[in-house]
Amino acid sequence: MQPNFPLFPEQASTIAKHVDALYLFLVLITTFFSLLVGLLIVFFAVKYRKTPNRTSEQIHGSMLLEVVWTAIPLAISMVIFVWAAFLYYHMQRPPKDAMEIYGVGKQWMWKFEHQGGQREINSLHVPTGRPVKVTLISQDVIHDFFVPEFRVKTDVLPNRFTYTWFEATTPGTYHLFCSQYCGTKHSAMIGDVVVMKPEDFEAWLGSGKAEGSLAASGEKLFQQLGCVTCHRGDSGARGPNLPGLYGRSVRLQDDRTVLADDNYIRESILNPNAKIVSGFQPIMPTFQGVVKEDDLVQLIAYIKSMPTVDAGPINNRTSPAMIRDSEVTNIQQQMRQDNAGKKSPGKQP
Amino acid sequence: MSTTTQAVMPETHYLNENYSIRSWLLTGDHKRIAMLYLVTITFFFFLGGMFAALIRLELLTPAGDLFQSDTYNKLFTMHGVNMVFFFLIPSVPAVLGNFLIPIMIGAKDLALPKINLLSWYIFIAGALFSLTALIYGGVDTGWTFYTPLSSGYLKTPVIVMGVGILIAGFASIFTGLNFIVTVHRMRAPGMTWGRLPLFVWANYAASLIMVLGTPVLAITLILLVLERGFHIGIFDPKLGGDPVLFQHMFWFYSHPAVYIMILPGMGVISEIITCFSRKRVFGYTFIAFSSIAIAVFGFVVWAHHMFVAGISTYSAMVFSLLSYAVAIPSAVKVFNWTATMYKGSVTFETPMLYAFGFIGLFTIGGLTGLFLAALGLDVHIHDTYFVIAHFHYVMVGGMVMAYLGGMHFWWPKITGRMYPEGWAKLAALITFVGFNLTFFPQFILGYLGMPRRYHAYPEEFQVLNVLSSAGASVLAVGFILPAIYFLWSLRYGEIAGPNPWNAKGLEWQTSSPPPTTNFLETPVVTEEPYHYGSDEEVTFGH
Repeated sequence: MQPNFPLFPEQASTIAKHVDALYLFLVLITTFFSLLVGLLIVFFAVKYRKTPNRTSEQIHGSMLLEVVWTAIPLAISMVIFVWAAFLYYHMQRPPKDAMEIYGVGKQWMWKFEHQGGQREINSLHVPTGRPVKVTLISQDVIHDFFVPEFRVKTDVLPNRFTYTWFEATTPGTYHLFCSQYCGTKHSAMIGDVVVMKPEDFEAWLGSGKAEGSLAASGEKLFQQLGCVTCHRGDSGARGPNLPGLYGRSVRLQDDRTVLADDNYIRESILNPNAKIVSGFQPIMPTFQGVVKEDDLVQLIAYIKSMPTVDAGPINNRTSPAMIRDSEVTNIQQQMRQDNAGKKSPGKQP
Repeated sequence: MSTTTQAVMPETHYLNENYSIRSWLLTGDHKRIAMLYLVTITFFFFLGGMFAALIRLELLTPAGDLFQSDTYNKLFTMHGVNMVFFFLIPSVPAVLGNFLIPIMIGAKDLALPKINLLSWYIFIAGALFSLTALIYGGVDTGWTFYTPLSSGYLKTPVIVMGVGILIAGFASIFTGLNFIVTVHRMRAPGMTWGRLPLFVWANYAASLIMVLGTPVLAITLILLVLERGFHIGIFDPKLGGDPVLFQHMFWFYSHPAVYIMILPGMGVISEIITCFSRKRVFGYTFIAFSSIAIAVFGFVVWAHHMFVAGISTYSAMVFSLLSYAVAIPSAVKVFNWTATMYKGSVTFETPMLYAFGFIGLFTIGGLTGLFLAALGLDVHIHDTYFVIAHFHYVMVGGMVMAYLGGMHFWWPKITGRMYPEGWAKLAALITFVGFNLTFFPQFILGYLGMPRRYHAYPEEFQVLNVLSSAGASVLAVGFILPAIYFLWSLRYGEIAGPNPWNAKGLEWQTSSPPPTTNFLETPVVTEEPYHYGSDEEVTFGH
């Protein structure tokens, strides 16, 4: 095959060769059965074509054959299923030590934020040899993060984080496609993924004008938005204590437990009453329209960066701080006033 | 065609009984309603085809230079909507099924003739809404209408289009209901379930899906209209909804809907293969029940369209496993059709050529479905041209081939005249070649990573796109030719006689075209279906 007429995209991630192996296996299966059926048809058509001295022989069927051609495809498809399911499971489980990058999709551009606070638009720089987890959210409609050379793809939803991970192997510049139709300029929502050697990547990180790390920006927001007034460490705090929260399970008022992951924290900021932590009252106002997706990412990064405290039960106390119902409106009003000055123009179509 | 030389047209038949417009528009005759549907869906086929031609024209060059992005987005949406809802779904059932099912089971008509006529009027009402949306600029949602894009962001007449599809859905429900009741209640003496032609079985299975699945589409569209028109939050997170819910609901109908489209086509193939192999079908029971199995399993695989849409890893695994389960009955059918030719007496008339095309292309279409059901692989090829190629191999290579094969096979029965065999064979060949040239490159494009619904694309994809567009122009010739010679044959075609193929099946035991009541006296069935071979030299009882 000529180099300018490739059949595969370049293999630029660790997973790519595994996906291609499964693909080749399926190509073989497809070729085999297509040829089998095609050649049988040609063979029967020629051998049993109508001739004057022969009439057709009536055959009603064969149980043995039916069993054989049910069982063999079933067995083959189970092999494919198990193989593909393992691969998918692997793709869905980022390694614990993965470098985390946040991405926001909007009509029709990509924004990425690195842990160090470096921001990029329509480009994403990553190093080779290190797993990278990209956590994504959309500001408007559903988009899709697709890097063919990495063989990874995930929809980018407007109401919760999705993620994908990869470990790049080959330095170069690759396409980042939006592959979920998202309106007028869907086909222009293309970015570049720039894969660099680790030392070049470090240099690149250092060259940018970062406004402080994600967590540091988040901490500023945490102060500005007044989160700190309730989410304090002391026993009389009106809101749950946050250090050590991330990645732990939280017991709710209705005795369910949920995992405190990115989506939980995001939901708790935008729709605080959806899941009330056991021992607390539903007094927090919504921050929908107050904090943008980028801000949420910073707040989450800050909460994640908080030091882990001793391993007691998290956010779960036996005697709730006493707040009289009459106080709730006052508290909420106070917070609303605090936020009024800082309100950013949330896009509300 | 040696048997047709002395054939004469019957004196009266369903077509010449009454020529008035009124007699057509108020007819209760399933055969005339089938013709009304035929004219309607042929219009939509060529309309949808025209959009496809414009899409392929734009994609000749990487830059989006022929149309604006919004125009291009409307083109692929209108192509999909017209082809899926106004051509593929009604194609075989509403035209061939309507015409043939009562005759095949020895009935005078469908069980509910007025409902049958009503279904056509409902279809026309839906079609008018759809055309209204088109006249007002068309919609750019994609045929899948994904939220919140469709419900909150686009400025096009989405509601009008949604209502059009909603209405057309009821036509489908009524047709399905009519078929089910007819097959249960109207079979001639001796026409047991085990003697039903496989075409009837296939349409029966498709009818089950139409009746059970289409209401869910209706609900989904109503919710979409409520959100878009009245800002009631269901799917849009800004209104408190969940966009992925829409995908679950949409595919709960739209995945089974692909079986509404393909099952009746499979039924056509069973009829054609047996006739031109002069053979009883191999494994009748297995083909019949595989249709039912497809209809049942088809309802529990919908989330395989959503493996990268943020559903949980384990539910993805369950849906992948079930998707493989639905692949098996299709494989069983392909093997049984192939085995039917074994020790037959095979001839190569046009319908048989289309049947060969169907089996080959459907096999590739089906097997490439295994790629998409494979979780770790689907992540890469989801929403790329690989999906487009797979879908068109099944729907055009499979379904449209079956439809054209069926049209050729029963054209003499429907019109009383033969189509020109030489031209028809040429058209079948052109269609086959053009089809593969159009869609095979798209498998490679997809694996290379070209996303679907792209107005402009990176330059490295151009060669394959040019191949595909070139193929589309060949394919267009393959589709236009039959339209011309079918029309020509209405006047100049050779008189067919009641049974030009010397085929079995009750439809061949009445005159061509059939009388309004189908049979002059109620037939009594005494033999198995596809009872070929024993009486090869005997013709038919007229």
